[in-house]
Amino acid sequence: MRDALLKVDRLEAWYGESHILHGVGFEIGRGELVTLLGRNGAGKTTTLRSIMGIVGKRKGSVQFDGQETVNRSSDTIARLGIAYCPEERGIFSSLNVEENLLLPPPVKPGGMGLKEIYSLFPNLEERRRSQGTKLSGGEQQMLAIGRILRTGANLLLLDEPTEGLAPVIVQRIGEIIRQLKQRGFTILLVEQNFRFAAMVADRHYVMEDGRVVDMIAAADVTQSIDKLQTYLGV
Amino acid sequence: MTNQRFLLAAGLIVLALIGPFFVYPVFLMTALCFALFACAFNLLLGYAGLMSFGHAMFFGMGGYLFGYVVKTVGLPPEVGLLAGVGTAALLGLATGVLAIRRQGIYFAMITLAFAQMVYFICVQAPFTGGEDGLQGIPRRPLLGGLIQITDDRTLYYVVLAIFLFGFAAINRFINSPFGQVLKAIRDNEQRALSLGYEADRYKLLAFVLSASLAGLAGATKAMVLQFATLTDVSAGMSGEVVLMALVGGLGTILGPVLGAFIIVAMQNYLASFGEFVLVIQGAIFVVIVMAFRKGLVGEIGDWWRGRRKAS
Amino acid sequence: MLDIFSIPLPALFGQLLLGLINGAFYAMLSLGLAVIFGMLNVINFTHGAMYMLGAFAAWLMLTNLSIPFWASLVLAPLIVGLFGIVIERLLLKRIYHLDHLYGFLLTFGLALVIEGLFQWRWGSSGAPYPAPIPGGYNLGFMFMPAYRGFVVVAALVICLATWYGIERTRLGAYLRAATENPTLVRAFGINVPRLITLTYGLGVALAALAGVLAAPIQQVSALMGSNLVLVVFAVVVIGGMGSIMGSIVTGFGLGLIEGLTKVVYPPASNTVIFVVMAIVLMVKPAGLFGQSK
Repeated sequence: MRDALLKVDRLEAWYGESHILHGVGFEIGRGELVTLLGRNGAGKTTTLRSIMGIVGKRKGSVQFDGQETVNRSSDTIARLGIAYCPEERGIFSSLNVEENLLLPPPVKPGGMGLKEIYSLFPNLEERRRSQGTKLSGGEQQMLAIGRILRTGANLLLLDEPTEGLAPVIVQRIGEIIRQLKQRGFTILLVEQNFRFAAMVADRHYVMEDGRVVDMIAAADVTQSIDKLQTYLGV
Repeated sequence: MTNQRFLLAAGLIVLALIGPFFVYPVFLMTALCFALFACAFNLLLGYAGLMSFGHAMFFGMGGYLFGYVVKTVGLPPEVGLLAGVGTAALLGLATGVLAIRRQGIYFAMITLAFAQMVYFICVQAPFTGGEDGLQGIPRRPLLGGLIQITDDRTLYYVVLAIFLFGFAAINRFINSPFGQVLKAIRDNEQRALSLGYEADRYKLLAFVLSASLAGLAGATKAMVLQFATLTDVSAGMSGEVVLMALVGGLGTILGPVLGAFIIVAMQNYLASFGEFVLVIQGAIFVVIVMAFRKGLVGEIGDWWRGRRKAS
Repeated sequence: MLDIFSIPLPALFGQLLLGLINGAFYAMLSLGLAVIFGMLNVINFTHGAMYMLGAFAAWLMLTNLSIPFWASLVLAPLIVGLFGIVIERLLLKRIYHLDHLYGFLLTFGLALVIEGLFQWRWGSSGAPYPAPIPGGYNLGFMFMPAYRGFVVVAALVICLATWYGIERTRLGAYLRAATENPTLVRAFGINVPRLITLTYGLGVALAALAGVLAAPIQQVSALMGSNLVLVVFAVVVIGGMGSIMGSIVTGFGLGLIEGLTKVVYPPASNTVIFVVMAIVLMVKPAGLFGQSK
């Protein structure tokens, strides 16, 4: 990858005393859509949180756009242009839908306007005055994705955006993620749902026990399906 | 370890017995009263995880009731002590029932507020003597004339016995099955509830016991110093007992005793500073919270264990 | 003459006005306490001392520098707010990860130090502060001193402005969000530690502002805030800390109840708020406006 937007190298991370990541390494090119696959507890979410700077103790290297971020606080990392959509979605109950959308401050020029976001998620506009947590699960997920599009961040970290959602909505989210890629966003996606990941991603990294153990390009997925099934234990 | 404990206990008892021959007995008696008060407070915080910021209401009311019964009604001091304990227990029951409905910081605020209410009642109620308090409470003989307590040294051994009774009661309680359940509730209330323990009842009992002993301490202090005033029922006194436990070490057995002796001594020696004592007390609070949260006994214990490990 | 329960109307309205003024102070103080608790997880025991500092700052500026009341209304909260920011940066910041009780103890100790120093330097008897608006109006049923009327209106405006700032502005949205999930808010690029410092400064400044307003009504003294803060704790327990509007309504309401008690049965006026607290704890332990637990 000549033009890597994100380079992760020998990344280690701890939650309190427990050592979760043992030297994670991978790269994402500009405009690429890459997934992290792996079983529960492999360290996928921790990897996202470490890139975002939320995990207390980190070691190794995370370079974003050529800048080292592993020692920075999460707010300064965000301002470089990385945005995070957490697994639990993190919708604020004391904020209405529009306040939730407007919460993350713009960090770079070129973010989407509120109108654009509403045209992408018409449901949200209808319910813009509702309390954020009164939305359905699918709508909350859309709100969680929608709110990080305004900021101008060019790397999106999405943690299991399809978890617990009905198939129709999973499909809709797949379309949206593809649209975001077309708009030029670089996306790192953590997924349990392999079929969904295969639909949208350019490449897949496979994680096991806090390490990246394999990389599979989208074109090779069909012939690697057996290998993948062993990795994922399905 | 047990050997060392035994030596420590024996040494302390010898010190307590010969103490009044070397140190002014009234100082020792006052310190013992506060030590019992601090132990009672610590029982609640250290073993039930409940921080009461209103314990002065039990301490102060114990003193008032003792004074009222002995001076105004004219009954012997043992009745006064019982009245003090009983009133504190009832007051503890009433406030405890309400306060344990909230936890953590709210519990502290609620106890503080109730104590403030008791304070205002004491300012106005006729039996407390208002701003003047109850002065000149007589030292009538104990046990129908068997023990004369007009002599400070004799009274000292009575006070020591009361303190040891209270101290033993607390330790007996902590090590009983009841105390074990209480600790389990402190560490994980949900789990204790799911095991079928009615957490609130256990907490309430601990609260009432702690209040009663605080009342005993207050009544004893009124017997020693022969007065009961608003100071003992004020919010400042509630803070002072927290400070004593904190200086000595929250949740340690001997910490509150040590803390009480240090604070009482400090007040004695710094009395000439007047209001500045409050500033010093406040500064101690700040320093301990910032740097020595385990208190003296806790820090010494850590140091001791560290040294043993190293050698 | 019109009487209710044989209480002369002017006395009734006089006490109600006094209650309203006290309620205004309860509201402003409990508001600050609630906002600070939401962000810092600290019950700020120094709140009463900050209120006192506000009054003292105004009094000192008037007597030493001839700075008038109206300038103090801005300057005193600013000074005290900055003082609060220093305390937050130096001390409070280091204990957020600990149990709430330590914040309570730390701020209790700080209150002792601050109040003790002022008591040591200026004694405990109060100093008078001249009323900035002299005179008053005869409303027919009672005489209303102009300054007292001003205090009620000003406090109401301040409370509503605070409510608006928290519930309707961008900064307020940051505040509400950071109260819920500071980690995520920080991951969106917002400097949460700075937001926390700012919150403490603002909460404390609000207490100081109440202190400046109180200076011409009460005596300016070292311990003017120490009893007040205990009553405000009861107010906070009654209202619950869930809602801003709840704090305001509870504060004013309890002030009125207190005033009314002073007319009906004066000896109970000091204790009535605590009685209300006991009743609320029996009926609705989370507080009138609090979320459960």
